[in-house]
Amino acid sequence: MDAQGRGGRAGRAAGAVSGPALAVRGLTKSFGGLLVTARVDLAVEEGERRLIIGPNGAGKTTLFNLVTGELRPDEGTVTLLGRDITRVPGRRRAHLGISRTYQIITLFPRDTLLRNVTLSLLGRSPLRWNPLVRLERQGALIARAREALARVGLEHLAERPLAQTSYGERRRVEIAMALAQNPRVLLLDEPFAGLSIEERRDVLHLVTRIPRNVTVVMIEHDMDVALDFAERITVLHFGHVVVEGTRGEVVAHPRTREIYLGE
Amino acid sequence: MRRLALVAALLALAALPLWAGGSFYVNIGSQILLYAVFALGINVLVGYAGLVSLGHAGLLGIAAYAAARLLNGGYGHLAAVAVALVLTLAAAALFAALALRGSGIGFVMITLAIGQIVWGVAYRWISITNGDNGISVSGRPSPLGLSLASPAHFYWATLAVFLVALGSIAILGASPFGASLRGTRDQPRRMAALGYHVWMIRFLAFLLSGFWSGVAGLLFLYYNQFVSPQGVALTASAEALLMVIAGGSGTLLGPVVGAALVVVMKNVASGYIERWNFLLGAIFVAIVVFMPEGLVPGAARLWRRATVAWTPRAAVAAPGGRPAP
Repeated sequence: MDAQGRGGRAGRAAGAVSGPALAVRGLTKSFGGLLVTARVDLAVEEGERRLIIGPNGAGKTTLFNLVTGELRPDEGTVTLLGRDITRVPGRRRAHLGISRTYQIITLFPRDTLLRNVTLSLLGRSPLRWNPLVRLERQGALIARAREALARVGLEHLAERPLAQTSYGERRRVEIAMALAQNPRVLLLDEPFAGLSIEERRDVLHLVTRIPRNVTVVMIEHDMDVALDFAERITVLHFGHVVVEGTRGEVVAHPRTREIYLGE
Repeated sequence: MRRLALVAALLALAALPLWAGGSFYVNIGSQILLYAVFALGINVLVGYAGLVSLGHAGLLGIAAYAAARLLNGGYGHLAAVAVALVLTLAAAALFAALALRGSGIGFVMITLAIGQIVWGVAYRWISITNGDNGISVSGRPSPLGLSLASPAHFYWATLAVFLVALGSIAILGASPFGASLRGTRDQPRRMAALGYHVWMIRFLAFLLSGFWSGVAGLLFLYYNQFVSPQGVALTASAEALLMVIAGGSGTLLGPVVGAALVVVMKNVASGYIERWNFLLGAIFVAIVVFMPEGLVPGAARLWRRATVAWTPRAAVAAPGGRPAP
């Protein structure tokens, strides 16, 4: 439980000294006979904005699940800030600085927005084991939760049950929860999926304002929205990394056009 | 207002032996409270953690059998109670380690199987459990020099235990751990990604639920001064689960109301209606049809609807009435 502080500091120090914030080497995962992630190599530098694109079934979300520890890879390693975390259970990876959002929103519908974000903060606090104090009276924690909601412009809805909010607002709650954990590496799984054009603009604005000490990796199916955001782009296809490079390189690459743009 | 109602309810409960009219009804009060402790314990798992157990009567039985054996072996009440609770906690830890390999239907089936094993031991391992004949114990304890032999005294002791159970679970429910627990019920995957140790949270909830089941087992033993395989059987687990679900799982008072319903039906209605089991079944069906969330949240919903239906009329009447003078 106290490992979160130690792990965080140790990781930070290691990350500052050398190498990428997040590195994946030879990562392989298959479900039955289906190879979903095939010897994927990926290195995301600290503070980088990385976009991962690819058609449906390219293995984008599986890659995220392997990085966060929700799935165990068959082969390969995951390194966070210079530390090999391949065998670290998923719940500990949150303490080491990985946060994520989900493509299919998985929040707590019966609770208020404030309680949702509070749960996210609590996840990284030893207070989560305390059965004796009143959660409502944890002023400092709740003030931080309000702050996190303010960051995504939702503080006025803090007391509203999640079930009574719009899809776009829930997306922002997801991002607020991920940012509340003070991640070093933030994984955004299709943050624009299912949103209206207006809501997309809001979320894009939010995402571009994330401070540079957070490394951001974004999966997006729809390339147009996220293109401005990305510095480097990785194209996945049937579990393989097909193209990787700067925005211009990837967009101009014939394989990208062939696979992704369907030309 | 709320505090006033609480004080009134406490006074009414404490004074029950004075107004209930006879030891028969006082004993029913004790039974309700002891089953309420059991149901409160199960509700920690079923309501807060979202894990349905069909084996908790096994834990109640382990506490009751252990204490009965120790008492008959010449140990004092304090030693018997302490050892029985430690044994129940150890058993709960073992059961949890086995059952938490699954969730959902897997968890239900494993708890069911474990409960059946305990029942089998109670029924068949005659050298330890005396089989079908059960074990009798003589005498109730006298904590602080107060004899619990009379129904009223036993009722008050049970009430005190019940209030501790209710209070501690109320505190747990409002605590950060309570929020963590409910989080693992609603979104276990998300909770793990947020840094929560889902398995450990569920394990601790199982232990707590096992502890209160053990306490209920001791009350059960002292109340009946007897324990037999019947008290450990699947029907006992299912009945307690029905108390939780009928009253409202995941609510604080639901299990208490459910326990009262079942105990009253069993003891009072059975005196007037031969087919009281049929009546109880019909009541459960009615609850599921009209208040699927359970009696306590269901009644709260109806109450809200009633007050909403009444207030607008008052609000409309007031401005209309004012300009007249």
